[in-house]
Amino acid sequence: MKRLLTFVLVVVVAFGVIVWSSPGLLHSTKLGLDLKGGFEILYEAQPLTEGGTVTKESLKETAKSLEKRANKTGVSEPEVTTEGSNRIRVKIAGVSDPEAVRAIMKKPAELEFRSASGCEADAGYCKVELLGSDFVEGAAKVVYNSLNEPLIQIEVKDKEKFAEISTRLVGKNLAIYLDDDMLSDPVVQQALTDGTATISGQRTIAEAKELADVINLGALPLSLTEKYSQSVGATLGQKSLEETALAGIVASIVILLFMLVFYRLPGFIACICLLVFVWVLLAVFWMMNATLTLPGIAAFILGIGIAVDTNIITAERIKDEIRNGKSISSALRSGNKNSFRTVIDAHITNIIVGAVLYFIGQGTVKGFAVVHLASIIINIATNLFLARFFLQLVVKSGRFNKPSYYGVKESEIRAL
Amino acid sequence: MRYKWKDFNFVKAARPVFIGAIVLVLAGILSLSLFGLNYGIDFKSGSSVDISVSKPIDKAKVEEFLNGEEFGKYTFTSGEERVSIRFEAALTEAQQTKLESDFKEKFDESAAFEINIVDVEIAKEQELNALYGILIASVGIVIYVAIRFEWRFAISAVASLLFVAFMVITIFSLFRLEVNLPFILAILTIIGYSINDTVVIFDRIRENLRFAKLKTDSDLTEVVNKSISQTLTRSINTVVTVAFAAACLFAFGSEALKMFSLAMLLGLLIGAASSIFIASPLWHLLRRKAKPHKPKPQTAP
Repeated sequence: MKRLLTFVLVVVVAFGVIVWSSPGLLHSTKLGLDLKGGFEILYEAQPLTEGGTVTKESLKETAKSLEKRANKTGVSEPEVTTEGSNRIRVKIAGVSDPEAVRAIMKKPAELEFRSASGCEADAGYCKVELLGSDFVEGAAKVVYNSLNEPLIQIEVKDKEKFAEISTRLVGKNLAIYLDDDMLSDPVVQQALTDGTATISGQRTIAEAKELADVINLGALPLSLTEKYSQSVGATLGQKSLEETALAGIVASIVILLFMLVFYRLPGFIACICLLVFVWVLLAVFWMMNATLTLPGIAAFILGIGIAVDTNIITAERIKDEIRNGKSISSALRSGNKNSFRTVIDAHITNIIVGAVLYFIGQGTVKGFAVVHLASIIINIATNLFLARFFLQLVVKSGRFNKPSYYGVKESEIRAL
Repeated sequence: MRYKWKDFNFVKAARPVFIGAIVLVLAGILSLSLFGLNYGIDFKSGSSVDISVSKPIDKAKVEEFLNGEEFGKYTFTSGEERVSIRFEAALTEAQQTKLESDFKEKFDESAAFEINIVDVEIAKEQELNALYGILIASVGIVIYVAIRFEWRFAISAVASLLFVAFMVITIFSLFRLEVNLPFILAILTIIGYSINDTVVIFDRIRENLRFAKLKTDSDLTEVVNKSISQTLTRSINTVVTVAFAAACLFAFGSEALKMFSLAMLLGLLIGAASSIFIASPLWHLLRRKAKPHKPKPQTAP
């Protein structure tokens, strides 16, 4: 009785949590651009100036600046990742005016050093003194002064021009802008004649490093060409989502009914575990801050298929053992033991496939692999361990000893 | 309900199945070399434009409109709610914008677009990438199954899985169904499912081997037959449920997933059959050949 009570309690609490959290969870699951509209572009980067090469740092910096630009247009959570040696993938979901965003993204990064000389009082820094291309490529780096404070050392190509500017601006500010955003406005301390300068005033090493990277980016801007693009209209994405959700709901209901009718008590427990499985998967998605896309849904469906299979394997095995004349509780024990090995072997082979796809694949294939891996691991936790725990509680309560509860007819049982 | 196949000789039935499978593979090779695959733009570069429209659109007018726009060669299909255009060239951003705005202006203000543009280089890379993935994953499976079971199981499992994948590809080639990235996803899913399916049966064979005394050929045959029939209810129930899910997706799911779910549905059915009629008998064949050496008895890991 105690065990049955525990079972009921655990199930009630679990469902309470599921019902309570599901609306919020569903609402905050990030949908990919194929489900709510948006676009994905794969850029290939080339140096804008001739003879330059695309370095890892410059690619990363470019990606960062793309992300900043996208954020500035007000889109929600753009995903910008670098791929290989010269590619950047940008995914932006839920944009109303994709063309505008794309135009902004494609512009090379613009680094400017500006001063306020000759500007009206409230115009701020209006005079452009130096451009990104005036700096020696890759020369900006973080150094330290005698107090061990970080400084940024920069180097320009044209010594005389720099000497003229710095002489004119001694005691005044020289502000650093990237894409019209002011990053820093250091004061020129003295005339600089050898073409190098240090910028101080950065509080942390990380901050200094970032500014140095930005200056290097500005010195070697990359031009981006679109190699692949996918854009989905918002209404179309919405429609995809609704249709797919409908298919999922119909399929789920029928599968749950099937399990219930075919496997009775283990089927009932399987239903509970399947629901928990789906919920945990969504929760993990939310925690990983992952985006649900069509490839993800494909993997999700495979996951549900395998989850159902896990339950079927266990339930069938228990049926077999009962038919062989074992008592319910010993049938459960040996059924569990035998099905465990089967399920684990099948799952590990699937994990191998998922891992290979994750490491080799790009874009769609990778998206598939992530969900596939997650669903297999969660499946082991819910449909193997949780299901087993529930079954044990129920069976050991001693209230369900009739073979018919397990979908076995009395006439099928062989005498030992 | 319980499927009664107790006395069915799966191993014997496998002989014609093997011959049939070989014929199908040859037919597949023939079809692939003659017709190739109907690649979507994901694998051959170009632009695919899917427009969902709120009112029926005159086909001739759209064609006239497209001819006027000069975007290069294209193919074009239209349904009641959907117009699909495939351009051979990768559209530039400007062309894309023009197409969208002109179409909206001329035909349907509330038209929604899904546009994919793929460059040749990326297209080739994606295809190779997917292929490598499948091959490396196969090697991984061989290694794992060889360690956990034995190499004969590994060979049989991979042979069966590659057969299933190849059959689905063949069907797509024969019926000129479009092969895009989602198709690759379907193949991956099928492979995942197919291994799952095969491993379950092999596991039972391994288990039954522990108690079997293999004196004659027929003893081995009996072990295989028994193992298949013991897992048959599970095999059928699983394939029915998962195939039902795939069918739901095909019937109600979004347009983008149609080809995926179709490939998945075919792969599931072929996969389930292949685990029973190809993988297991193939193992039987390999193992029987090894009989004279009397392999050491299987031990449970």
